[in-house]
Amino acid sequence: MDFISILSIFVLACFVGYYVVWSVTPALHTPLMAVTNAISSVIIVGGLIAAAEAESEIAKWLGLGAIVLASINIFGGFAVTERMLAMYKKKDK
Amino acid sequence: MNLSFFAAGAAHAPVNPWVALAYLVSGIFFILALRGLSSPSTSRTGNRFGMAGMLLAVATTLATHVPMIEGDMQNSYAGPDFVLIGLVVGAIALGAVIGVTTARKIAMTSMPELVAAFHSLVGMAAVLVGLAAWLNPSAFGILDAEGQILVASRVELGLGIAIGAITFSGSVIAFLKLSGKMSGSPILLPMRHVINLGTLLAIIGLVVAYAMSGAGGAGEGLLVVWITLAAFIIGFLLIIPIGGADMPVVVSMLNSYSGWAAAAMGFTLGNTAMIITGALVGSSGAILSYIMCRAMNRSFLSVIAGGFGADDSGGSGEAREQRPYKQGSAADAAYMLEQAEKVIIIPGYGMAVAQAQHALREMADLLEEKGVEVKYAIHPVAGRMPGHMNVLLAEASVEYDKVFELEDINSEFAQCDVAFIIGANDVVNPAAKTDKSSPIYGMPVFDVDKAKQVFFIKRSMGGVGYAGVDNDVFYMDQTMMLLSDAKKMVEEIVKAID
Repeated sequence: MDFISILSIFVLACFVGYYVVWSVTPALHTPLMAVTNAISSVIIVGGLIAAAEAESEIAKWLGLGAIVLASINIFGGFAVTERMLAMYKKKDK
Repeated sequence: MNLSFFAAGAAHAPVNPWVALAYLVSGIFFILALRGLSSPSTSRTGNRFGMAGMLLAVATTLATHVPMIEGDMQNSYAGPDFVLIGLVVGAIALGAVIGVTTARKIAMTSMPELVAAFHSLVGMAAVLVGLAAWLNPSAFGILDAEGQILVASRVELGLGIAIGAITFSGSVIAFLKLSGKMSGSPILLPMRHVINLGTLLAIIGLVVAYAMSGAGGAGEGLLVVWITLAAFIIGFLLIIPIGGADMPVVVSMLNSYSGWAAAAMGFTLGNTAMIITGALVGSSGAILSYIMCRAMNRSFLSVIAGGFGADDSGGSGEAREQRPYKQGSAADAAYMLEQAEKVIIIPGYGMAVAQAQHALREMADLLEEKGVEVKYAIHPVAGRMPGHMNVLLAEASVEYDKVFELEDINSEFAQCDVAFIIGANDVVNPAAKTDKSSPIYGMPVFDVDKAKQVFFIKRSMGGVGYAGVDNDVFYMDQTMMLLSDAKKMVEEIVKAID
């Protein structure tokens, strides 16, 4: 993809982010941080690519390191968000 | 403007449209994940969308980047590299075990430091991916015809590494401060603004130099190393002067940075899932920082400049005159709470420290059985991260429809019998409305002075809030100070109500 297409996606996604985040209820701001943290670990994609190409030994190990760190975040972030969200209850008496 | 060198970005490896589509869908799932958080009832579906998006992104990458062994003269085997595949799966499994165990064990009161720790990991992962891309650019498809890394990719790489490194070291300091392993009070270096600005300019200069270093320029590698080091240092320097109660802003800001780091790497890889996510997370953190700053009536710059709450104004503690206040016991408080028709509870960081949320819920239940209306009022900056108090109350099974934000409940204090302040201080200080010289002037606060009765649970009369200012609420006629540990006091009130 050329730079301008990528930039277009980025700018539009910033606008989407702006409106979506303002619609998040303040009561869920902590889960919001936990889940954004989990999804920003999509950077694992970069680690997977680096690890798969064995041309550079150092790059491979850096990639594997990135995979470990990012996957701690992915699993930890989603799990802790799930745990928090399960606690939010409405009056059901 | 000549964009020809950007157009050279078309040299990204030819993309299979199905793969590109899969990453796009994964990006959309992430948008839906955040969208779900608009209400607690849809939030869990949202989180599932997030998981699905991540699964799709990871599965797509795994399927398109299977580690291969190329056959050659000595080695006739050509096919999947099972050792490397094992390592990749092992790396994911190791992360999964650490992540899930931590998420299960962590106490809800420690959520701020957990989030800070997680941010540091994203930052470090970004640095590692950036360095790997620099060492093995062909794997990432960022080489031009002459085998050089594209100029645009150099800028993206340099920025990605720098933002990642700032996120890492900044989050480590935030983590140490939030978990109490390092003093929460600001650490002020002399000339810190000059040092910080200088380092920041140096990083920008280094990224430019790296982008311009061109065909096999000597010292190119060194430039990347310097960018990384300088960024680690500035992350550290930026956060040490910021005090504990300003951490909600810091944590939100680092959240934002981790997003921008992911976006920069997304540019390098031309990966839509990473770009969309980066933009979402970046805006999310930025908006949260803005909300926090607005709730303190302070500019983002003044928070980042740090030093707030440092004891350098001098001697204000001793000059404080002794004013008369009323002190009450748990039994007095219990009696008056039972007589009340409407009680509004204002929790603050002190409640989190004392772990008083469960006892508080018990007290509220007893009062409700006796026909008292109980509501909770939460200030945007209560606690150490956005929404901290809401999570703690949810943990204690307080229904979320009884919990209200500042602007939604502030008008109700005039009709309430008891304002019950537990572990909060600055957010109820009327000086924010009346005293122009006060450091918290202009901050929106709860109008507790309009309530018929105010109960103020506080450890002792000695301490003042984070802002270091005296609070007139202590000395009002209708205020009763309940001086004790928050949890112990609430437990005693519960016993007295029974």
